Amino acid sequence: MNFNFKHEWVETNVGLMAVLTMLAISVGGLVEIAPLFLIDKTVEKVEGVRPYTPLEQRGRDIYMREGCYTCHSQMVRPFRDEMLRYGHYSLAAESQYDHPFQWGSKRTGPDLARVGGKYSNEWHVQHLVAPRSMVEVSVMPNYPWLLSAKLDISDIELRLKALRKVGVPYSLSQAEYDANVATFGETVARQLHIPDSRKNLVEQANFGNYDGDRSGISEMDALVAYLQVLGTMVDFSKYSDDAFVADR
Amino acid sequence: MSDHKPSAHSAQTTGHAWDGDLQEYNNPLPAWWVWTFYATVVFSIVYWIIYPAWPIGNTWTRGVKTVTYVNSEGETKTHGWNTRALLMADLNKAAAAQKPYFDKIASMPYDEIARDPEMSGFILSAGRAIFSDNCAPCHQSGGQGVLSFFPNLTDDDWLYGGGYDRIHETIVQGRRGYMPAFKEVLADAQIDQLANYVASVSGIAHDAKLAALGDQLFHGNAAGCYICHGDDAKGRQDVGAPNLTDAVWLWATVPSAPTPEGKVAAIRSVVAEGLNRGVMPAWGGRLTPEQIKVLTVYVHELGGGT
Repeated sequence: MNFNFKHEWVETNVGLMAVLTMLAISVGGLVEIAPLFLIDKTVEKVEGVRPYTPLEQRGRDIYMREGCYTCHSQMVRPFRDEMLRYGHYSLAAESQYDHPFQWGSKRTGPDLARVGGKYSNEWHVQHLVAPRSMVEVSVMPNYPWLLSAKLDISDIELRLKALRKVGVPYSLSQAEYDANVATFGETVARQLHIPDSRKNLVEQANFGNYDGDRSGISEMDALVAYLQVLGTMVDFSKYSDDAFVADR
Repeated sequence: MSDHKPSAHSAQTTGHAWDGDLQEYNNPLPAWWVWTFYATVVFSIVYWIIYPAWPIGNTWTRGVKTVTYVNSEGETKTHGWNTRALLMADLNKAAAAQKPYFDKIASMPYDEIARDPEMSGFILSAGRAIFSDNCAPCHQSGGQGVLSFFPNLTDDDWLYGGGYDRIHETIVQGRRGYMPAFKEVLADAQIDQLANYVASVSGIAHDAKLAALGDQLFHGNAAGCYICHGDDAKGRQDVGAPNLTDAVWLWATVPSAPTPEGKVAAIRSVVAEGLNRGVMPAWGGRLTPEQIKVLTVYVHELGGGT
């Protein structure tokens, strides 16, 4: 260490230290994060992924409010044991409309990335109300209030507008709606139109009757609707089993 | 241990004094540390060459290591190292190990698989794994089900049939239970009569006079119960209508009702309210045909019939 560098310069000059610290962190951050925005295969090109319907999105809000993510991840990793248990490994494309994503790394309970369609609505309702009535060894808490709590839909437009701000293609104008029709088809585009979101939410809840009780829309309706769509958007039978190998 | 403290003469300090006389040594790093550091630098360069590492524009350095696998179309492919290719190779390896079993399973009829001692061992372990992951949350780990929610698979009472082909069909396409709510078409008194009749065929204490009237309703076209449950009330497996004569209950909470009146009331409630439950998801798209065949034999072993 013969060059004329002195610790003292940095250690006695807090302004210089702040600049150098920021420089060091920026280099690390840029090297790790920037390429993900530049590399064209970060988000795989795959058919079927769409933003959540208003009811599913409310279910997702409840999922986060209740802290489900503290015990459940939503990412099937590309390992044989995970594939056998949960199904096809998760694609980045599948969580492109999630804000924030629910990948997680903490699994006290099983991964939920592909739980959609795996169990009946009735099972989900019973299991959420009293997990041990369905799975004896479960350590999951009971969530009985989901069934009695009426779903608050008064602010659904605002919630979707907030997501629109961060890039989820919910539509406000006719032009945005038409763009969604072109991307997702008319059935999906209709569900993504913010001015109709309340009507759409009520329709889906009444038609699906996820909680088995037709008397009103409960938080259970929304949460089960959300759980039942998880991991079901991409039809993997359309792709060969190594279709996504080249993306990595 | 030697004394590592440098003498006052050789000590090099950082040259700064804190609080008047507090100084800091500026000793060279130990050689082992420096060489370990150089070794990690060399290691990282080797690592960059072997594995995917550096981003360049819209792509990245792929590394020289490759993975070779066979995909479902039978094409052998060699791809730069990544975890998805590695998974393919891993699946290939496992498939090769299980191939003798699955080939046999694909070619053998169900009853032969069940009779073959070597195969039934495989069915027991592979089938249990598939069952635990997918079926046990509803039907429970031993297949005993949950009263008034999910049917018991270990008894000899089958809603949709306990033969191999019917079990296979149930797994592949799923099921959905439905019975109309008879309170919409029948008077309260008539529903009482029907409940008493159903109690009578399954050996539960009942009012014989009401049951006789219920008998006529059951077999008449106003209620039309016989259409699904059969003239003998033994059910029809092609539509999933349960046998009402065997004292096995799924929907009506008869076993947990303490009194005969309670049991009749439990039956009454199902007649009045109907059912739109008993949904079993379809597994055809989730499990492979081989897995479903293994599962079919496994479930049949639990309590299947013909």
